[in-house]
Amino acid sequence: MPATTFRIWRGDPTSAQFKEYTTDISEGMVVLDAVHQIQAENAPDLACRWNCKAGKCGSCSAEINGRPRLMCMTRMDELPPGETVTIEPMRAFPHVRDLVTDVSWNFGVKERIKRFRPRKPDAPDGTWRMQQTDVDRVQEFRKCIECFLCQDVCHVLRDHHKHEEFVGPRYLVHLAALEMHPLDTEERVREIRRAHGIGYCNITKCCTKVCPEHITITDNAIIPLKERVVDEFYDPLTRLLRVFKPRRGASKDG
Amino acid sequence: MDPFTTHEHEVLVIGAGGAGLRAAIEASALGCRTAVVCKSLLGKAHTVMAEGGVAAALSNVDDRDSWKVHFADTMRGGQYLNNWRMVEHHAREAPARVRELEAWGAVFDRTPDGRILQRNFGGHRYPRLAHVGDRTGLEMIRTLQDHGVHQGLDVFMEMTVIDLLRDGDRVVGAVGYDRERGRFHVWRAGAVVLATGGIGRAFRITSNSWEYTGDGHALAYRAGAELVDMEFVQFHPTGMVWPPSVRGILVTEGVRGEGGVLRNKDGRRFMFDDIPDNYKAQTADSEDEGWRYTQGDKSARRPPELLTRDHVARCINREVKAGRGTPHGGVYLDIAWIKARIPDAEEHIRKKLPSMHHQFLQLANLDITREPMEVGPTTHYVMGGVRVEGDTQMSTVPGLFAAGEVAGGLHGANRLGGNSLSDLLVFGKRAGEHAAKFARERGAGALDRAQVDSAIDAALAPFDHGIEGGGESPYAIQSDLQQIMQDYVGIVRLEDEMARALHGIGLLAKRAEHAAAVGHREYNPGWHSAIDLRNLLTVAEAVTRCAMERKESRGAQFREDYPGKSEECSKFNLVVRRGADGSMGLERRPVAPLPEELAAVVKENA
Repeated sequence: MPATTFRIWRGDPTSAQFKEYTTDISEGMVVLDAVHQIQAENAPDLACRWNCKAGKCGSCSAEINGRPRLMCMTRMDELPPGETVTIEPMRAFPHVRDLVTDVSWNFGVKERIKRFRPRKPDAPDGTWRMQQTDVDRVQEFRKCIECFLCQDVCHVLRDHHKHEEFVGPRYLVHLAALEMHPLDTEERVREIRRAHGIGYCNITKCCTKVCPEHITITDNAIIPLKERVVDEFYDPLTRLLRVFKPRRGASKDG
Repeated sequence: MDPFTTHEHEVLVIGAGGAGLRAAIEASALGCRTAVVCKSLLGKAHTVMAEGGVAAALSNVDDRDSWKVHFADTMRGGQYLNNWRMVEHHAREAPARVRELEAWGAVFDRTPDGRILQRNFGGHRYPRLAHVGDRTGLEMIRTLQDHGVHQGLDVFMEMTVIDLLRDGDRVVGAVGYDRERGRFHVWRAGAVVLATGGIGRAFRITSNSWEYTGDGHALAYRAGAELVDMEFVQFHPTGMVWPPSVRGILVTEGVRGEGGVLRNKDGRRFMFDDIPDNYKAQTADSEDEGWRYTQGDKSARRPPELLTRDHVARCINREVKAGRGTPHGGVYLDIAWIKARIPDAEEHIRKKLPSMHHQFLQLANLDITREPMEVGPTTHYVMGGVRVEGDTQMSTVPGLFAAGEVAGGLHGANRLGGNSLSDLLVFGKRAGEHAAKFARERGAGALDRAQVDSAIDAALAPFDHGIEGGGESPYAIQSDLQQIMQDYVGIVRLEDEMARALHGIGLLAKRAEHAAAVGHREYNPGWHSAIDLRNLLTVAEAVTRCAMERKESRGAQFREDYPGKSEECSKFNLVVRRGADGSMGLERRPVAPLPEELAAVVKENA
């Protein structure tokens, strides 16, 4: 296969620009292979994250020709032949160097979300029973590899910088996995509405489109959580009843 | 002298895969201030790649299973070179460790009556692997990560430890650098747990990520600890072979557990042609019996595709060498054929093996529900590691513990699939517990500034060399090392080829002294690779020396010049230790005999 030209974002926050590299592409190569080849041939200090090279760890997230993707799962032969390939870091996060960004905000968000709290074991052997059909949905959410591409594409974070008020699609999926876990007993709906800012999501479904694990983020995770918030705080009958009988939590936050 | 930041903890855990996180959770739960240092971001460690499942005798699918059968299976798989005390702890404690994960939020696949489902795997007598489709490792690491972050661990992400620090005999901390800024750090701790995983990047074809450069093995070795069983490197029988850029990526054994079969280019199920004597009684006579086994028929015996990994890998190698391989030098692994046996086979395959389906579709343009895969052996795991005490996981150096792949002993000459995920839970917990105890009893040790300075000087040396000043690219040196190990110390070994490898490793060590880094210290992968070379060369030398010393074929070690097992070699483990002059010393250490009651367990479950 012919040599292909790559425009790669090089530099740090003080000074960065695209630099061009040309390297030979062989059958079956993915974008990450090309980046490694450029590293070995021309740019040993080209910074990029990667680990598994099989779409399982979610380290090599980048923007390829403007689309948020995993470099290890983007085949060269699915990009327009003969054209220059542009590789940039995820733009929604602070730049560190070259293709590496500072994603530490995401890890901090998770610490703010209340942990899993199971009900007491109720099977005779001291464990629990759960049916497969009851865990299918949660298992879909738990496929998440934390590549943060959904966070990268979300306009609430990317364009409006609502990092203080909104946890982003990744953590709404995490919250959905906790809330829909058959064993979990924790109460999180109030935080989902306030601290986690679910109202900022206006279901444009960009996150679902870029998810490399094909998690139906908007339909299966975010919308059901929005419904829970509505049921708890905006149901007219509940609001009416509340006038006569103030309930725990609702009176403070209603 | 370069400045550094000092961090004070009671327990320092190096590595944040399953073993490291489990150790850190335990130490922290016991009240110790605990640090976790990891080369990548949290949750990206190699555990995430584990696919098939975690082995534990829960007896949910087959009530004939018990810790005793698991014990006997593990000893047989390891060809009786295992540290029996570890095997016993592992078999007894794995079920509790798996249930504990469920209590922390893990969601395993379910049996019809709502318990944790278990699947068949090579060398396990009964369905034993708790799993989540084929992404069990992700489920485990995420569960441990989420549990750990709420427990107040101090996590140092994207930092690499370059040397351990000693106070007399004892290990009292570590020195390392952060990738982002290239600044140096010292962690002072009463006890240190190594949980750094394996050595796969010493080989060309591997399922392992860039992180697997034998750091823990080499750190321990340089600190004076003993390594054991280093000749035993597991070549997983089924890695991808095509296209070239994905060569080595793992194809889970779960494919065979779900009924997948191996065929050569003539369509022959060659695994029936060579069944080792010690497994004959447990292996199916016919294709039909093998199929019934994978579908849960308790009266059937397992198909030969589910023999141990060492054996399956060698059979594949033999077929390819005999000219019966596929166009790209592998054999066929076919799961699509089950259409002939069950309705909705395509849906079933997608449900049970979703990430395999996705991986082949995306990377190889191949739909595994319709076509067979091409597979061949790939470097996957090292059985050998830091020699530890079977109850506490402490190495021969006080204050230095090891758990998971970096520790040796549990798996002997060959590891059974699924036993690594249980290994890291059982011994991660034990290492964390005993490290905490050690740290509490002994307190912090004294830091020796000279050790810190010399480690930092060595780490910065690649910048002094410069490519113009005769320095060499670290990528070229690593690539040459991988080729030597692949060609001469791989799946089939010969004395003179290994001698050639040893000579080559010596030459590479000289070249590595001039490995050069360009640019500056901030997130510079070339510099990081230059630093990693020292560790890779140490483990490559240890593997080669041990493989030469063991003049027999056993487990993962296959010597073409000594194709049989030797009685004499069944009596020792090989132990590697750094000599006073800095050269690598090798010693035969007698295998500890099984106590009577465990010998009886092995006999009962033959």
